[in-house]
Amino acid sequence: MSAEPETRAEEQGGSTAPQEQYTLKVRRFKPDSGEGPYWQEFEVELDPTLSVLDGLLQAKDREDGSLSVRCSCRAAICGSCGVKINGQSTLACLTQIGEAHEFANRRPDEDGEGEPKPVVVEPMGNMPVLKDLVTDMESTHWTKIRRVTPWLLDDGDPPERERVVPPESMVDITQTIACIQCGACVSACLSMEADPDFIGPAALAKAYRFVGDPRDVETRERLWDLAQDPHGIYDCTHCFACVDACPKGVAPMDQIMRLRRAAGHDEEIKDKNNGHNHEAAFVNIIEKKGTLDESLLLQESYAPGVAGKLIPKPSALKGLLGSIPTAIRGLRSGKMRSLPKLIPGIHPKLPGDAQEHVKHIYEHAEEHREEVNLYITGEEDVVPEPDEEELSQPEVSTGPKENE
Amino acid sequence: MDMEMIQYHPTTLAGKGFLITEGARGEGAHLLNANGERFMETYAPNKMELASRDVVSRAEQTEINEGRGFPDGTVALDITVVPKKRIHEALREIVLVGRDFAGVDITREPIHIKPGNHYTMGGVKTDIDGATEIPGLYAAGEAACVSVHGGNRLGANSLLDTLIFGRRAGVHAAARTKRVEPARPSKAILADEQAMIDGVIGRERGSGRRVSEIRKELGETMDKYVAVFRDEQGIQSALETVRRLKEEAKTFYIDDRGTVFNQDVLGALELGYMLDNAEAACVGALHRKESRGAQYRTDFPERNDDEWLKHIDLKMNGDGPEISYSDVTITEWQPMERTY
Repeated sequence: MSAEPETRAEEQGGSTAPQEQYTLKVRRFKPDSGEGPYWQEFEVELDPTLSVLDGLLQAKDREDGSLSVRCSCRAAICGSCGVKINGQSTLACLTQIGEAHEFANRRPDEDGEGEPKPVVVEPMGNMPVLKDLVTDMESTHWTKIRRVTPWLLDDGDPPERERVVPPESMVDITQTIACIQCGACVSACLSMEADPDFIGPAALAKAYRFVGDPRDVETRERLWDLAQDPHGIYDCTHCFACVDACPKGVAPMDQIMRLRRAAGHDEEIKDKNNGHNHEAAFVNIIEKKGTLDESLLLQESYAPGVAGKLIPKPSALKGLLGSIPTAIRGLRSGKMRSLPKLIPGIHPKLPGDAQEHVKHIYEHAEEHREEVNLYITGEEDVVPEPDEEELSQPEVSTGPKENE
Repeated sequence: MDMEMIQYHPTTLAGKGFLITEGARGEGAHLLNANGERFMETYAPNKMELASRDVVSRAEQTEINEGRGFPDGTVALDITVVPKKRIHEALREIVLVGRDFAGVDITREPIHIKPGNHYTMGGVKTDIDGATEIPGLYAAGEAACVSVHGGNRLGANSLLDTLIFGRRAGVHAAARTKRVEPARPSKAILADEQAMIDGVIGRERGSGRRVSEIRKELGETMDKYVAVFRDEQGIQSALETVRRLKEEAKTFYIDDRGTVFNQDVLGALELGYMLDNAEAACVGALHRKESRGAQYRTDFPERNDDEWLKHIDLKMNGDGPEISYSDVTITEWQPMERTY
């Protein structure tokens, strides 16, 4: 070893990649200025494989130190830098600036100006903005997380040593454990936009983390609570926005569906929101008809099966009557496009033996009601090799993550 | 205490600087130079990649310095030798890091890494209850130096700082609050602090250098001269730079005049602490004329227990850090020569 430390004068980062010019268009807000939000463009120059966060920090360092953005690890582990980039909720550190630029310019130049479009960066949605890209996580995200009792409710007596569980019993919740609390799913949630009281994707995914934990002893109480809450598990509309937004593959919507199955199916909880029956109505109608017969949906939701229709419960009549305004709104707004769809009996049958195929899918699903947790078996492109034959039976270590 | 003991982690991602877990080598990954040689055979033939962090970091840096690294100043971590199933089970986070930050499928190709500044063994000197010499002031975590790590922390042992000594500090501090009145800073002290912050916020733009420029120069200087390998000339030059930067920091300016989420003023205050810490690290590294733990002096490559089996304690006074020594607490494990 030479005694010349100069020989390791490698610039921090050591990157030799070419630098490119990018424009960041940032939504700014200075709360004590008395002015509303405004847009500001920053020219930055960096390696395309560096992140939008690196670009923001460069603008902050070189041009305007008053530009505020939360960040810490730069490696998609701390969850601090949730923002919207080109309208998509994500982490600024996980989005390469070159890719964000390509995305912003994916469409042909419609206005014909020939100028490349900037990468647009905004604060996350569904949360108040404190300053620039910094949102108030407390008033929405953390309040909702606390709502679901986010800790283990065990049987009370601490054991002499730690509570040991077989690794395979934890597989089911590893996906939710991967959550880094960045709030990207909350930002993207369309249900929360319509109902700000919706408990929401992050908190419900966290709820499943404990519902699915074999050490937790209040599973039924948790499910009961989340099913009865009008802003609980049945408030999700399956839009997949949270699944798209999540940078860690938590797929919050999948966790909400697991909660629903555990509540409605396993625990047979009849919720006062009629959420479980409504969901079951979809399943049953499609099993019978192959596609969704909308004319049956409401009656099947509130008065399921033959028995439900022969002796309708008072709650069913109330629910049906209560749905009339919704139905009228649907017709008016064009959401229900054809009136005949509301007349029972004219629903078209599927061609050929397609109906049989649908039934077969149902039977298969009934027989194999086990979920493959993709988070563990993971990488979809893994080509099975001889040493990987047992890959479909995952084992995971649930020991504490090594602290570095 | 121990401010010269700065750990370089052997595997930080090229161009990004963050960590590739030690677990990768724990699971059997190899380190390769640009010639494809498993170079740890030269440095630690018995432990290979599992030698302690300082040993592996020095080996990598030697390969890089002697021209056997890649053009981007790195060596390679080859995880492809670990069975794929095991990679997906145990190293999933690294699969994602490779995919998202390096564009590399770590199950198929090696990933470029280099040693990176990781952890400060030194810190605010505390006893085992987190208490410092100043009554009522506690320190815990990486900021503290209980000195369980000596000059070279082992992987996962930072949990001691947090779970064990963090808890002890909290319990002790809570018990103390029951006995003593809360401190009430005088109006004069508060006014001084306010004036200091107002002074930073109100300084004219262009009065001196930008905070970010000083911070960048500080980082580059320390990473060059007070890093894996050190020598007197290098550390001395770093110390001079740090002291010049301290002067320049008296006239730096910031952009943000606001009172809400002003990260600019926070960054300015932090820079002051960084400069103090850097100065302490330089003074300690310069003073310790031997190689021990994370400190490797190319001009004093041997460990010297006769003169240096002791802590270097630094106290800030007007002119800079004042040096004193304290004894090393040795219990069950006696210091031994480390051989691989």
